[in-house]
Amino acid sequence: MVTFEINGQVANVEEGMTILDAAKKLGIKIPHLCYDPRLKPYGGCRLCLVEIEGARNPVPSCAAKVTEGMKVQTDTVTLHEIRKTIVELLLSNHPQECLTCENTGQCALQDIAYELGVREISFEGEKHFHTVTDPSPFVEREMDKCIVCARCVRICRDVQHCSVYTLAFRGFEIIPTTPYDKPLTESNCVFCGQCISTCPTGALTSKISRFKGRPWQTQSTTTTCPYCGVGCQLELITKDGEIIDIQTFPGEGVNKGNLCVKGRFGYGFVNHHERLKTPYIRKEGELKEASWDEALDYIAVRLKEVKKESGPDAIGFLSSSKCTNEENYLLQRLARAAIGTNNIDNCARL
Amino acid sequence: MAGLAAAFGSGAMTNSIADIPKADVILITGSNTTEAHPVLALEIISAVKNGAKLIVIEPRRIKMADYADIYISQKPGTDVELYNAMMNVIITEGLTDKDFIKARTEDFDALEKTLKKYTPEKASKICGVPADTIVEAARLYAKAGAATIIYAMGITQHTTGVDNVLTMANLAMMTGNIGREGTGVNPLRGQNNVQGACDMGALPNVLPGYVRVDDKDGRKKMEEAWGVKKLPDKPGLTAPEMIDAAANGDIKAMFILGENPMLSEANLVHTEIGLGNLDLLVVQDIFMTETANLADVVLPGASFAEKSGTFTNTERRVQPIRQAVEPVGSALPDWMIITMIAKRLGHKMEYRSPSEVTDEITHVVSQYGGITSHRVAKCGISWPCPTPEHPGTPILHKDKFVRGKGKFHAVEYRPPAEVTDKDYPLILTTGRYLQQFHTGTMTRRVAGIEDLAPRCKVQVHPADARKYKVNDGDMIRVTTRRGSIEAAADVTDTIRQGVIYMPFHYAEAAANTLTNAALDPVAKIPEFKVCAANIEPKNL
Repeated sequence: MVTFEINGQVANVEEGMTILDAAKKLGIKIPHLCYDPRLKPYGGCRLCLVEIEGARNPVPSCAAKVTEGMKVQTDTVTLHEIRKTIVELLLSNHPQECLTCENTGQCALQDIAYELGVREISFEGEKHFHTVTDPSPFVEREMDKCIVCARCVRICRDVQHCSVYTLAFRGFEIIPTTPYDKPLTESNCVFCGQCISTCPTGALTSKISRFKGRPWQTQSTTTTCPYCGVGCQLELITKDGEIIDIQTFPGEGVNKGNLCVKGRFGYGFVNHHERLKTPYIRKEGELKEASWDEALDYIAVRLKEVKKESGPDAIGFLSSSKCTNEENYLLQRLARAAIGTNNIDNCARL
Repeated sequence: MAGLAAAFGSGAMTNSIADIPKADVILITGSNTTEAHPVLALEIISAVKNGAKLIVIEPRRIKMADYADIYISQKPGTDVELYNAMMNVIITEGLTDKDFIKARTEDFDALEKTLKKYTPEKASKICGVPADTIVEAARLYAKAGAATIIYAMGITQHTTGVDNVLTMANLAMMTGNIGREGTGVNPLRGQNNVQGACDMGALPNVLPGYVRVDDKDGRKKMEEAWGVKKLPDKPGLTAPEMIDAAANGDIKAMFILGENPMLSEANLVHTEIGLGNLDLLVVQDIFMTETANLADVVLPGASFAEKSGTFTNTERRVQPIRQAVEPVGSALPDWMIITMIAKRLGHKMEYRSPSEVTDEITHVVSQYGGITSHRVAKCGISWPCPTPEHPGTPILHKDKFVRGKGKFHAVEYRPPAEVTDKDYPLILTTGRYLQQFHTGTMTRRVAGIEDLAPRCKVQVHPADARKYKVNDGDMIRVTTRRGSIEAAADVTDTIRQGVIYMPFHYAEAAANTLTNAALDPVAKIPEFKVCAANIEPKNL
C-alpha cells in the first residue's frame, strides 16, 4: 500500500495503481477520453492531466502511478483552462450534430463539454468529411466524429487480437481505418463490436440500434449471455418492451466487459415474428393453435395413459442446457417424482 | 465428464477462466476456441502475448494455431495414441512429478507399464505427426512450472471420448499439473448452461448434485424433499439411447424442453424414425424447430430475456439471469409450464418465483448449499459452495482430489468406430462457426448474423479437391453410409489432406444426416468428430 494526498485528502491505495484508478476508487472524478480499463494507458487525450506537487508540468493521471507521499490536485483553475482548450480544439473539428447523433446521452465528449461549460469555440478552421459507407451489418462508421483517441485501434489489437484498425494518413487527415481503407466486411473483422463498446463518441455505433431509443428512454437489465458456456455478463437495453441494444460495463464480469458477435448483436431472435406465441396440438395431422388448458390437459391425460399401459420407463425427457438451473431442476423432478423414471438427459453429449 | 469423474471425482472444469493467464504452458486440444468460446480465447491469446507458451493439438489448422509455439495436426480419432506417446516421452526422460504421483494418486504403475509400447515413432505412423514434434510437445508441457489443458468436444465426441479425457487426466497428474493456480484439466462447455443442467440432475444416472440414483440415502433425501414415497433406483436412458428406444417401441412418449435433436443428434434419419414412432411427442421451445414440427403438442416457452433464474457457466460459476421484457404472445416462463404439468399429474410443485426454486436447490444440492438467491443476485459464485459464508471454489482438487486420490487409468488406443475404405475414403469431422450457434434456432433468425455466415461450407484440402474434381465455391455432394447432403466446397489448406470438415448449424445441409451415431461405451456420446465419407461434384 502507498499513502498519498489527493485534493487535500489523505488516502491509502495499492502499490502500482495509476492516479486515475486511485481517484476512481476514492470517488473523485477526473475527465478522460482515451482511457478504458481494458486497455493499457495511452496518455493521448490529455484531459486527465493532474498537477503533482514538485512536478514541472501537469501529468496524465491515466499513465502516472501513485507514489508514496505524492500530493495531487485534480481540479485547479489551470487544469480547467487546459481541459477547456482541449475540448474546444476537438469540437472545432466535430460536427455539431448532437440533436440526431446516435451517441447523444452516452457520449463522453458531449458530457465533458457540458461539464466544462464549453459554449463558444474560439478556434475556426477546416473540418473533416470522413463519413464511411460500410456495408457491415453491425458497425456504423462516422469518422468525422472521430477524435483519434485510438481506443478502437488499441482494443482491436490488444484485447481482441484482430488488428483490423490502424491509424492511417498524416496530420489533420489522420483517422483509424482498415487495411487499404476497405470496408470492414473485406477485412479480418469478426464483428465483435468491441470497437463500438470503447468508442467515446458517435464515430462507431451499432447499426442495429440506430434511432431505436435514447439512453434516458431505456431501461438496463444486467444478465448472462444465452450462447456459449463462458457466461459473459451483459446489459440488455430495452425500450417499450423490446431489446434495442446490448452493452457491457468495461472491465466487469467474467468477460471483463468483452463480448463476441453473438453476445453483442445476436439478440434479434427474442422479438422475431416466428416466435411461438400460443400452444399447438396436432389435429388431423396438422398442428393447430390451442389454449394452455387444452394443451396441458391433453399432455397430462396422454402421459398418464402411457404410464398406465407401458410403465413410467416408456416415457423419456430431454431437458435443456439453454434453460435455467431452476427449470432443469424442476423437469428432472417432474420425470423422477411425478412420472417415476430416470429417463432424463440433456444435450451435454451433443 | 465421465472420464474426469473417474479420474478426479468431478467432471467439471478444475480451474477458473481468470486462472488461465497464470499458466506457463497452455495446451489446447479439441477446441476451436476463437470460434466456439471467443471471449475465453481472448484471455488465452493475451496470456500468450504476455509470455505463456501455447501447444495446439487439433486436426484442423484453427486460428489458435497462429499463436502456438507447437502446433500438431493429428489424424482425427488418434488422440489416445498421441497423448500416450507424449506420456511415454515424459516417463522416459524422467520429467514426471514423482512426489505428486506418490502423495496424491494411485495406479500409476499399470499406466507406466502400458505406456512402454507407445513410442513417438509408433504414434508418428498412426497419428500422422512427426515423432520429433511429439517429443517437443511432451517436453514443453512437462517442464512447465504450471501447465493447463483446455479441451472441448473435439476430445469428447468420439467412441473413445472417455479414453481421450482419461489421457488428459493422466498427463496432468503425472506432471503434477492439478490443484494449483495455472494448472488443471479444463473442459469448456459448449452451451450456456450445460454445466448447470448436469449439476441439477438432468442426467439419467444421477440426482441433483451428482448423487447416484442407486444411492439409497441420496434418494431418501430427495423423496423427503419432494414428498414422494419411492424414486426410481435404476439408471435411465441417455438421449441417444432414448432415440433408439423410441425407434424400437420401448419409449412411447417424449417430452423435449428447448432442444432440437432433429439437427443435433447424430444420424438424423434414424432420429426422425425414432421420434416419428412415438405415441406422444411434446416439444416446449421458443420457435417451431425441426423437432417441434414432428410434435403432437408444442408449448411456447420464454427466452432468456423474458424470465429469471440462474445459469452455471463452464467454470462452475452460478450467475443470475434477469427478466428484461415480457414473454411474447401467451408464451410462459418454462419453469411455470413445468409446474402446471406437474400439478395436472397430481404432483404438487408450488413456487411463486424462480428464486424459491433457487433456494430449494440450496437445501438439496450440497455443492450449491451456499448459493442462495440473495447471494447470487449480487455476484457469481463457483461451486462447491457448501454454506452461505463460503466464498466458492475457483480451483478444485487443491489438497486432495474430490474422490480422495487421483486415479490413473491405463488406456489403450482404439481406432474410431468407422474407418475409411474404398467407398468412403475421406474422414468427415464436424464443428461450429463463430457466428452461428448450435442448431441455429436463435442465430439463424438474427439478420446481420445470418448475413455473415449464411451457408454451410465443406472444407476440402486442395489435393483432395484436385483428386475429386471439385472447385472452391462449387456445390458438392457429401455422402456417408447414413445419407448425403449438398453444400459449397471451401478449398483450403487449413485442413489435413484426407479430412473434410463442416458445421452442423444448417438444416438445409444438415451435417448430422451424415454423422455416425456409434456411442462411447461409457459416456454414450456419439462419434460426431469422425466418420467415413465421400465427396463428388454435385452435377455428377
